[in-house]
Amino acid sequence: MTQLRALWLSPVTFVWMVLMLATCASTWWLKSGASTSMIATAAILVIAAVKVRLVMIHFMELKDAPIKWRLFFEAWVVVFPGIVLAGFWFARA
Amino acid sequence: MEMSSSLTTKTRRLPGDPGVWIFVGADMLMFGLFFSSFVVGRSKNLDLYNLSQQALNFNYGGINTLILLTSSWFVVLAVHAAKMNRIKLVPHLLALAGFCGLAFCSIKVVEYTEKFSHGISMLTNDFFMYYFILTGIHFLHVIAGTVMLFVLWKKARAGAYGSHNVVGLESGATYWHMVDLLWVVLFPLLYLMR
Repeated sequence: MTQLRALWLSPVTFVWMVLMLATCASTWWLKSGASTSMIATAAILVIAAVKVRLVMIHFMELKDAPIKWRLFFEAWVVVFPGIVLAGFWFARA
Repeated sequence: MEMSSSLTTKTRRLPGDPGVWIFVGADMLMFGLFFSSFVVGRSKNLDLYNLSQQALNFNYGGINTLILLTSSWFVVLAVHAAKMNRIKLVPHLLALAGFCGLAFCSIKVVEYTEKFSHGISMLTNDFFMYYFILTGIHFLHVIAGTVMLFVLWKKARAGAYGSHNVVGLESGATYWHMVDLLWVVLFPLLYLMR
């Protein structure tokens, strides 16, 4: 039984709860709040990047992966959201 | 094959088959280029993209994000259960993850049907071309992943996964988490950000 508790109450369950709350915040709070502001758009993107990193580190177990693999994925989280943010910034009305 | 009985192993290792990680890395670079191409297209036709975005129902996308994140969590628990030798628990957790995959697909079908019934297709404009191609390629990943979860479930029911053998399960988990994280970016990019 203690093993079963350890399974459900592991840190990944906490990570999952954070991911769910962050998704609700972006979708139903930031979206409806200030949908035309650049700040809301940037916040939505940063939240998405943080969620991706949480999935990589805790779900894909990159926290224990060889450094070069971890660096590749860490770079992805910075580079592509960075390009998207730059694209939205330069195209803003 | 060294296998630690503890969940927190100090030796650095990549879970599952290295080949899966190469595929995952390549797939993520491909999607990264798709995202970049979308923002370039958007910058050339901002009003059209912002107007077209209003035709999307972000509730579908948001609920599907919650579904995929929950599915990923079940898969993590399945891997942990296997490592703890809770062999009978593994198929149950994989079944829950698979149901989430089916739920995502069902919502996607409803969403696409709604768009088609409103006369919106890939040919409507550039925004919807991106919308259908990007979500379509991702949808194929989800379908493949759901089939994979079914296969893993069948093997797990036969007792295949435990601390003695976890590599196949970990490889499937790695792929499924990638499908999850790509949607985590794709959803706000298409539905929310403006």
